[in-house]
Amino acid sequence: MQKRVLFGHKALPILLLVPQLAITLVFFIWPAGQALFTSLFVEDAFGLSREFVWFENFTELFADARYRASFVRTILFSAATTLLSMGVSLLFATMANRVLRGGLFYKTFLIWPYAVAPAIAGLLWFFLFNPSIGSAAYVLKSLGYDWNHTLSGGDAMILVIIASAWKQVSYNFLFFLAGLQFIPRSLVEAAAIDGAGPIRRFWTIVFPLLSPTTFFLLVVNVVFAFFETFGIVHATTQGGPAGATEILVYKVFNDGFIGLDLGSSAAQSVILMGIVAVLTVIQFRYIERKVEY
Amino acid sequence: MRIPIKLTTAVATAAITLSSSVSALAATEIQWWHAMGGKLGEKVEEIAAGFNASQSDYVIKAVYKGNYTETMTSAIAAFRSNQHPHIVQVFEVGTATMMAAKGAIYPVHELMSDMGESFDPKDYLAAVTGYYSDTEGNMLSMPFNSSTPILYYNKDAFSAAGLDPSHAPATWPELEAAAKAIQAAGYTCGFTTGWQSWVHLENFSAWHNVPFGSKSNGFGGTDTVFTFNGGPQAYHISKMAEWQKSKIFDYGGRRSDSAPKFYSGECAMYMNSSAARAGVLANAANFEVGMGMLPYWPDLAAEPQNSIIGGATLWVLRGHDQAEYKGAAKFFSYLSSAEVQADWHQFTGYLPITHAAFELTKEQGYYDANPGADIAIMQMTLKAPTENSKGLRFGNFVQVRDVINDELEAIWNGDKDAQTGLNDAVARGNELLRKFEKIN
Repeated sequence: MQKRVLFGHKALPILLLVPQLAITLVFFIWPAGQALFTSLFVEDAFGLSREFVWFENFTELFADARYRASFVRTILFSAATTLLSMGVSLLFATMANRVLRGGLFYKTFLIWPYAVAPAIAGLLWFFLFNPSIGSAAYVLKSLGYDWNHTLSGGDAMILVIIASAWKQVSYNFLFFLAGLQFIPRSLVEAAAIDGAGPIRRFWTIVFPLLSPTTFFLLVVNVVFAFFETFGIVHATTQGGPAGATEILVYKVFNDGFIGLDLGSSAAQSVILMGIVAVLTVIQFRYIERKVEY
Repeated sequence: MRIPIKLTTAVATAAITLSSSVSALAATEIQWWHAMGGKLGEKVEEIAAGFNASQSDYVIKAVYKGNYTETMTSAIAAFRSNQHPHIVQVFEVGTATMMAAKGAIYPVHELMSDMGESFDPKDYLAAVTGYYSDTEGNMLSMPFNSSTPILYYNKDAFSAAGLDPSHAPATWPELEAAAKAIQAAGYTCGFTTGWQSWVHLENFSAWHNVPFGSKSNGFGGTDTVFTFNGGPQAYHISKMAEWQKSKIFDYGGRRSDSAPKFYSGECAMYMNSSAARAGVLANAANFEVGMGMLPYWPDLAAEPQNSIIGGATLWVLRGHDQAEYKGAAKFFSYLSSAEVQADWHQFTGYLPITHAAFELTKEQGYYDANPGADIAIMQMTLKAPTENSKGLRFGNFVQVRDVINDELEAIWNGDKDAQTGLNDAVARGNELLRKFEKIN
């Protein structure tokens, strides 16, 4: 006996698919195709002359030691940003979840920074840490640390990591809080009766049960750090000092939109696109197999 | 009687549409994309409104498109999709890119003669137009806002250190001695700078009459190479690196990020654009500001040459109707008139681009009332420009500036010595030049 529901005609399902397909085509496939196409050319800014160069834009990039160094820097930056923002937001979410009075107040204010654009977030931190007039830099100086991100590459990296992580804390907080509220109270209470302290309860019960949320956020945060942080870098360090904060996506933005070197910028974005593809595959494989729902 | 609301709105809309299309028929609209925000933007609107009120055939629409790079990028993107404006403001480092786009630009000298507007390049300051003329001396774009770097200093700090506050240090050794005295009087840092490549390499080379690149600083062709790793430049940069250690010089970031160091009184001297004058005077609230020419090294040059400009010019893009170009040419004549230019110069601190505007400003007694406002123009016109001090014309120069910033930062923080850093900057810059040469 046939159990599946059969649609009498072919047109309706196709019709229902069309809007979604059109959006994917116009906003993803087409620009991605354009990037791939442009990456094989060297052309002037106005598009008056172009020359097909095969993979020269790519070989040029990988021949450049600075570009390879920027890979390692990007991985460090992404790992640090992700760990910091997720760690902080998990802590906040756990705390906010326990608050009995005024919980809504805390939650609302913790979510607010998500509405701030990356470039503005960068500027805020830029002013706080300005070596001459920033209040954070002033506090550090009075503690004996001579903060100067315009000269010290390490300070500059810390600045962009903090600014990027801060931007993402709200988003992570929201998901962690939802995840925490999904965990049955009975489990936590049972452990408490058995004599487990709050820290032990967290690591043996809460943290494992949060694993789907944590893994989802891990991927989202890594993607954010890889692709959406150019605004923060542009507003704070412009990749300096001496290239210390030049991450891959900033170079894409800078070469393409500031330097108008479209071929190389497109090639770099194709490389980044490859990284996204790999990350997405990892995400699906990992979530399907390892995470318990 | 009740008239349905829908009907009244429809009638009103129709009336508005009709009246606006009538006025559009009467006056030809000319789009002008610019990068002047804030107070400067209001001034630009004022100039456009002044032109629109002066005649009834053309309407200039001034549109703010973000900062310099954003304006240039959006104009180029618009050109690619055939939606480009008639006039676009492009900063000086974009000059080579614009010049190379021969099919896209309508050179100003051609525009003016095609449209029968009277136009004499000699009316304009040679130091300004030299930057924007081809090898035959034809002006390719219309100078609009040009500035040059000058020295600002804290007169109170000079007094505190027992120095003469009415006298700006004229040479680098004098500046070094002044900085030491000021530091001894309790100030943290001697001087800081904005736009380090523009001030300490580009203008430094012109000021000491040494080449920044081959082929007359790129004016002679795109097969040029950089030479700013030469002896004089390496000497100056190595002195600055040495000074960074004792904070005679203290680096404060790219662009104008170092300004707070001067405003807060941390650094007693500051080098930046003459167009920063109004901002400097407004922000340096707790002390008196003096202004002087850029210092020079007497060992490297008997006397200083002339400094070069920064800022932007107006480029005309091809692909529009004759009638519209006629309006653009008329607008340029209006813009170059002594009254408009003198007003713009006095309000903004940018250079007056014509001799007439400079004379008019003098007659009006502006320089007597505002000491220091004429330093930029004196410095620019100190001597007749040589091929080392006419200006720069290098492709991909926006990225070259990034490279220079990058290497200078490595020098300031001690990762590289001056010569190595400059050699690396030249090598990386030359790669960008070759790339530009290849596509143009």
